[in-house]
Amino acid sequence: MKPSIRIASGQGFWGDLIDAPFYQVTEGQIDYLVMDYLAEVTMSILRKQQKKRPEMGYASDIPSLMERILPVCIEKKIKIITNGGGVNPIACAEAVKKVALKLGIKNLKIGVVSGDDILEEIDALKAKGEALKNMETGESIETVQLKLESANVYFGAQPIVEALRGGADIVITGRTTDTGLTLAPMVYEFDWSFEDYNKMAIGTIAGHILECGAQATGGNFLGNWQDVPNFERIGFPIAEAHPDGKVYITKHESLGGMVTFDTVAEQLVYEIGNPVEYITPDCVADFSSIHLQDEGNNRVLLYGVEGKEATEFYKVSCAYSDGYVSSGTLTYSWPQAATKAKKAAEILKNRLQLLNLSFDEMNAEFIGLNACHGPLAPRLDEDQINEVMLRFSVRSKDFAPVERFGREIAPLVLTGPPAVTGFAGGRPKPSEVVAYWPALLRKSMVTPIVSFVTLGEE
Amino acid sequence: MKKKIRLIEIAHARSGDKGDSANIGLIAYSDSLYKIIEKYVTAEKVKTHFTGIALGEVHRYEMPNIRALNFLLHNALGGGGTVTLKYDAQGKTLGAALLRMEIEVEEGEL
Repeated sequence: MKPSIRIASGQGFWGDLIDAPFYQVTEGQIDYLVMDYLAEVTMSILRKQQKKRPEMGYASDIPSLMERILPVCIEKKIKIITNGGGVNPIACAEAVKKVALKLGIKNLKIGVVSGDDILEEIDALKAKGEALKNMETGESIETVQLKLESANVYFGAQPIVEALRGGADIVITGRTTDTGLTLAPMVYEFDWSFEDYNKMAIGTIAGHILECGAQATGGNFLGNWQDVPNFERIGFPIAEAHPDGKVYITKHESLGGMVTFDTVAEQLVYEIGNPVEYITPDCVADFSSIHLQDEGNNRVLLYGVEGKEATEFYKVSCAYSDGYVSSGTLTYSWPQAATKAKKAAEILKNRLQLLNLSFDEMNAEFIGLNACHGPLAPRLDEDQINEVMLRFSVRSKDFAPVERFGREIAPLVLTGPPAVTGFAGGRPKPSEVVAYWPALLRKSMVTPIVSFVTLGEE
Repeated sequence: MKKKIRLIEIAHARSGDKGDSANIGLIAYSDSLYKIIEKYVTAEKVKTHFTGIALGEVHRYEMPNIRALNFLLHNALGGGGTVTLKYDAQGKTLGAALLRMEIEVEEGEL
């Protein structure tokens, strides 16, 4: 058994710094590179792409990224784990295999985790007594079933561990939890039992710290952010895990950013609910049991975490189409910037009414005045304000009024208050509302599938 | 003697979304400052502070182990996800908005 392993975060979301995974594998020693690509809305986007092109449906950045990092990863024996397989992890693995062939790589084993997609199974699951009610509102799935665009179970670390035990150099999954990506290599390397809930909890919490990339190493840090060195080449977090369940959060020395008690604590509280019940498919972790110790030199020790047995349910994330939104902006300069922006919003609202367009919601915001903090923002001397951007948004179940709204923004430049700019870039287009339906499903109802795509000898 | 302080002087924060709820983690800069936020930054006070933004209940959870309080502001994001028309759709700036809060403490407490 290795005395410790280093698991590096390579992406905080799909669209994060493209060079981050490359730096993680080249700027120092690591054993695993883990990359989370799937936000809640991503699965439905990927499904739409797959409908148009059946060979797609995964994070399309992956092949070009692999072309860059695979030679280094093979030379340094770094394993890669990602949920960027989206709704088509097999196709993603095939695409990576193609890249490996092109690079002249002789042997490669890619583990694929699928089975999370239950869109076609919903009727069958209902027949077996699974209600798939909305876990926030209690509504029945029937209210949205015909509009569903995707439905995926969140798997945890287990199938990833199975893929690693099968000899995978790379593991590409569909919908797995971001925390499972980090926990899995610890379970695999240290042979932790899935019933050792404290160990499951520490790996899960390490995963929570890694899952948003540089948000643990000084990015978006609301403490003394001016003290964060070298944002330009900010180092993404690394979890150095030990068999006894101690984990050090750190980063490559040569890269920027910083790892302190404060930067790690800020990420710990990110997007959590009740901290004593952080529920994943692997365990229920207790954030109030975490011990954090700043050891200096960009090393923060995490230990003594407590966990409990996981619930008997998987979380299911469904997405359905629920109308359209559109937003347009115009910027008004001094003098009376705020007054003019407010007048423009009023004119626009009245024109939409004259056109008999009805919307489920309209919203006017004044960027520069109070768009972020709303009623909490102190009133400014409006005559002194240099400029205000009006952002006007609408939402409707129907496409037509939202599209028509988009034609009413630019005309305000010639038909409304003066000293206005920012209309270049064309009419704002309607974008689809992808609404989200969280539900629970008994674990016995679905089984993760682990398969392999191999290159060269077994 | 009472003294007015702003949370930004004693704590930092991070916020994000959970459906239509916003979560704000408030972290004190020291253990003694945690005692102050624990005592004065109640769920009720936070709900009042966010009048017009947090339209539902506000829940508070304590994490003294990392000197943090976690607040869940229900019904605060205009429907959340891709439904919301808010510019700050995920409540990313609400952590900073909490740091605007003023509390009145006994001078000896600081």
